[in-house]
Amino acid sequence: MPDATLVEAINFALARAMQDDQRVLILGEDVGKDGGVFRATDGLLARFGPARVLDTPLAEVAIAGVCVGLAAQGFRPVAEIQFMGFAYATIDQLLNHAARLRSRTRGRLTCPMVLRTPCGAGIHAPEHHSESGEACFTNIPGLRVVIPSSPQRGYGLLLAAIRDPDPVVFLEPTRLYRATREPIMDDGTALPLDRCFTLREGNDVTLVGWGGVTREMLSAAERLAAEGTEAEVIDVATLVPLDAETILASVAKTGRCVICHEAPLTGGFGAEIAAQLAGPGLLSMLAPVERVTGYDTIVPLSRLERHYLPSADRILAAVRRTLSHG
Amino acid sequence: MTTTHVAQFSVPFTRHLESDGTAVGALPPFAGNPVDLVPLYRGMVLARIFDAKAVALQRTGRLGTFASSLGQEAVGVGAASAMAADDVLVPSFRDQAAQLWRGVTPVELLLYWGGDERGSDFAGPREDFPISVPVASHVPHAAGIALALKLRQQARGVLCIVGDGATSKGDFYEALNLAGVWRLPLVVLVNNNQWAISVPRSAQSAAATLAQKAIAAGIPGEQVDGNDVIAVRERVALALERARSGGGASLIEALTYRLADHTTADDARRYRDDAEVSTHWHGEPVARLRAYLVSRKAWSRDDEERALADAAAEIDRAAETYLATPPQPVWAMFDHLFAALPAALASQRAQAIAGGTGDA
Repeated sequence: MPDATLVEAINFALARAMQDDQRVLILGEDVGKDGGVFRATDGLLARFGPARVLDTPLAEVAIAGVCVGLAAQGFRPVAEIQFMGFAYATIDQLLNHAARLRSRTRGRLTCPMVLRTPCGAGIHAPEHHSESGEACFTNIPGLRVVIPSSPQRGYGLLLAAIRDPDPVVFLEPTRLYRATREPIMDDGTALPLDRCFTLREGNDVTLVGWGGVTREMLSAAERLAAEGTEAEVIDVATLVPLDAETILASVAKTGRCVICHEAPLTGGFGAEIAAQLAGPGLLSMLAPVERVTGYDTIVPLSRLERHYLPSADRILAAVRRTLSHG
Repeated sequence: MTTTHVAQFSVPFTRHLESDGTAVGALPPFAGNPVDLVPLYRGMVLARIFDAKAVALQRTGRLGTFASSLGQEAVGVGAASAMAADDVLVPSFRDQAAQLWRGVTPVELLLYWGGDERGSDFAGPREDFPISVPVASHVPHAAGIALALKLRQQARGVLCIVGDGATSKGDFYEALNLAGVWRLPLVVLVNNNQWAISVPRSAQSAAATLAQKAIAAGIPGEQVDGNDVIAVRERVALALERARSGGGASLIEALTYRLADHTTADDARRYRDDAEVSTHWHGEPVARLRAYLVSRKAWSRDDEERALADAAAEIDRAAETYLATPPQPVWAMFDHLFAALPAALASQRAQAIAGGTGDA
């Protein structure tokens, strides 16, 4: 059982998928000799050759669009977009084509592609390298949106995404890429693409989030435990389709919920979860829903980014507000 | 200081039939016997009658917005007739002439324009793409398909058709550039009908030709008379042959004219003179080939009457079948979204079924 960081686990999953399935191709900018700007595709060119690991011209729209053509022809392309700030150009291809090819041809043509892109702030990156734009993708019918928060989940979810018969946007939190190292099972086991992961069980309050902020959720939960408050921590991981059941079941138990994400507040995907709680979850609620998120501002450059990111302190404060209600 | 010319380019233009149908020099081998051109003529007539029927259906509230290809039939028929059955067509929204030639049925086309996704579930050319509405966004798909064919080492080619407006877009260039550097078996054909809705070719690009946009991508670019079906077929066939045999991608600009409105939702009199349109009826592709066939005694008045009647009967039958086709059940919008409907969508599907038609 090798120890791996998230980015190494991504690399293992890519290699495993390529080894298991000749249809799997990697394409993107600098994914070949360079192994990707974060080294997620390190060694794959040497191992699988230039017909399966393709360095593309610097053209994000073409990368996404070429994947649509490849996928319709039966390949399983896995594209890398270097940073989320550069991935927005691909939305035309994802929204107008990848996500609707199956539907608009009534199943004649399909689009089993994965578009991977790093996301999120916290690594002092340049401008346009720290966005959390998941909500731009979650409102696209026909598209799955996945965001792992640990090496093993990164491995299992990426394998599932590559094997899935429909398009998947796979977001990789940059500040988790090398944050932790854990033993991972590189045995080809995929994880489900429609299930939340309960990272910690508790009866007093539910913390729901995904991606990088799961670290702060866990850290807040530990501090709460020291005070005798047990928080249940849920990593949504697969935003679309949303496993509302797991969240609602948790809140049925705790009656209190703090939703956490790095992306801006208004129209963020947390709002969809809040709507679920205000709908089918309403009668379980003992306190108003709290959201701890990035602000409705441009994600700041590095000097201010720690003030933008949801911190364990902000999460704790929100938990205390929910606990203050009867 | 020294200044030298490090690269020089030219853009060839090909025409075989003058606008009055007179042949210029020797025709290509496939056109040696005029009788062999009759299927091309019939193909153009079928497209023209299909367009007229579709517009009539729209005007009487029985079809949605529709984009006629009036005057551009030689682009579609010439190009499609140059394709092998196992080549792949990636069309734009004005390419019904090519699609009909490829075996997409008039019923399927009417279903699509009449608001039914089943119209893109072609029974014939299963690998051909459905039409692309967002302009130029399909050129990268064509490059991806071409890459798939190349990776599988198949001697097949991809034909992608775009309009003149598409050549102003980034995705057009991104795909062309990638196809050039990867030597993909791709032919991009520009139906330059001179108008992108209300914007004329002169306001679309300062480039002398659209074909020269190939030069920046490092691939051959050429112009062809898009109202000359013989020339279109010849040039597209050569480009596809080059593509299938490893010679890489090409760009062909077909010069033609949009004789109709942009779509049935458009009124071209707002932005162009009827006089301009009238002048372009001279040299239109159907009359041009007919004049040639008649001059070679390969076509008669009887042939013409029979051909028109046959095509009209075929299209009328298709229209009847389309109009008699019931809509899909409401759950169809869910059942083709993913390979298997996620549990999260089950309640919405049930709601849609319970909600019926939404008339309540």
